[in-house]
Amino acid sequence: MTTSSETLRSVTGRRIREHVLRESRRANVGHIGSSLSIADILAALYGGILRIESPADPNRDRFVLSKGHAALALYAALSLRGWLDEGALATYCGDESLLGVHPESELPGVDFCTGSLGQGLPMATGAALAARKSGSRRRVFALISDAELNEGSTWEAVMFAAQHRLSNLYVFVDLNGQQALGHTRDVIAIENPVERFAAFGCDATEVDGHDVAAMTAAVASAEADPRPHVFVARTVFGRGVSYMNGQIKWHYWPMSDEEFAQAMREVSET
Amino acid sequence: MRATFAKTLTEIACDDARVLLLTADLGYMALEPFAEAVPDQFINVGVAEQNMVGIATGLADGGFIPFLYSIAPFASLRPYEFIRNGPILHRLPVRIVGVGAGFEYGTAGPTHHGIDDAAALRPQPGLTIVTPADANQMRTALLATWDLDRPIYYRIGKEEKVFVPGLDGRFRLGRAEIVREGDDLAFVVMGALAPEVCAAAETLAGQGISATVAVVSAFNPSPIDDLARLAQAHRLLVSVEAQYIDGALGSLVAETIAEAGTATKLVRIGVRRPPQGRSGSQRFYHALHDLNQAAIVERVLSLVAREPV
Repeated sequence: MTTSSETLRSVTGRRIREHVLRESRRANVGHIGSSLSIADILAALYGGILRIESPADPNRDRFVLSKGHAALALYAALSLRGWLDEGALATYCGDESLLGVHPESELPGVDFCTGSLGQGLPMATGAALAARKSGSRRRVFALISDAELNEGSTWEAVMFAAQHRLSNLYVFVDLNGQQALGHTRDVIAIENPVERFAAFGCDATEVDGHDVAAMTAAVASAEADPRPHVFVARTVFGRGVSYMNGQIKWHYWPMSDEEFAQAMREVSET
Repeated sequence: MRATFAKTLTEIACDDARVLLLTADLGYMALEPFAEAVPDQFINVGVAEQNMVGIATGLADGGFIPFLYSIAPFASLRPYEFIRNGPILHRLPVRIVGVGAGFEYGTAGPTHHGIDDAAALRPQPGLTIVTPADANQMRTALLATWDLDRPIYYRIGKEEKVFVPGLDGRFRLGRAEIVREGDDLAFVVMGALAPEVCAAAETLAGQGISATVAVVSAFNPSPIDDLARLAQAHRLLVSVEAQYIDGALGSLVAETIAEAGTATKLVRIGVRRPPQGRSGSQRFYHALHDLNQAAIVERVLSLVAREPV
């Protein structure tokens, strides 16, 4: 069964954001700003880049959300893709739900549990190595946060992937410039991230993390390069909701009813 | 034990391409037979233990059975949370191999001693721990467990000549192996200290004290029923391990006695003091922490004198 073009077109950043806002409000939990910043990256992946037809296909592309705290955006993408019904989405953060704040591999379509930062990329790297050793053409996509560049294990994985020329590994870095307690420039500044990844042996490119067409084109043009690919995606924390943009508070804070109404209004207008 | 491990794993890997051996840049003069026999199944990941566990999680998810090799504390403690959130959380067949159980890396100093690995990992019910007592049992245990569908920590020794009389390589998950039977007390011993304990039991026999010796070589599943039976049959149990006293074998025996409700006295012999800054051989450390045959005999004699059994 091939996913219909109508389904693929339905996976948009706006719709992902609407789900994120709705479910965050209902569950009264935070991590909203982090989920909004990756909505367009997920739209690019689940709306076209990923070669995936069903969760059960062993040769489908893999996706690892290393910044697991933004799982709600992933659930929204899976729902729009038709892998998760909307009823399931409404169990987010409920008892007995497969949809917690951080993703669990019990949920079809989620291969790896994440939530502890710095662990997703090593697992994704192993998954890419497994694909190569099995002779599979499947690719592995990982989405990491810029705060995860603080973790030594992230760089251990980057060096390993470069050493082994894992060209089936595609890493998006959500460069939203913020982490839990402050701006990355004030915590551990990552100057020149593209140059850093290139110096570590990767095929590194900067992309606009809110431009789906540009990200799709960047992945397509990277395919021939024999190195692992890194897309440093410049994003806006809380993208789509003006009062969240660049505000540290929205890493954790849930919305009030008034804030939710305004956020939905703004997102629907984009 | 390490050479037996490498030889046995090589045999397994030659027959099954899913079996991979990853090392964090250790295993000189130990892993070469594997690397030469099945080079495509051998990867030196560099000095990066956390990444090694992460990569293994991805490999196991893709259908492989990766064995990860390093010195015990580097293999177990450095990447502990990666083990917890990787193979254990995902229930994947990753095998972590920690070499240098106890004080085997004596002169290398405290950074290299494997005296808290079993204690730290035993609370993880999703992780089986296999800690063979000699090379023969190493082989049996590896053959019996390498393809289990859950993660395993193999806690192994370097020394090939260690030999536990009466063990004959026997290994069963969830069971203790009895290598000597006696009435006055039962020793329960973990890993390669078993020969010291067997020798101590022999010495005690010469003085009219008869001791059972039970070898515990695995946790999770742990030999709860066997330990409870030993507690019912003896008034004194003595646990012996080259490990900090809290968390591993002695704790298991204490918990078992308490939960079984038997009126058995337990004496736990293990490492009770933090590192003191003094260095030496394994023999030196065993003497320092009263883990050798003479100290074990002396301890039992003092107990028997105080409280006739």
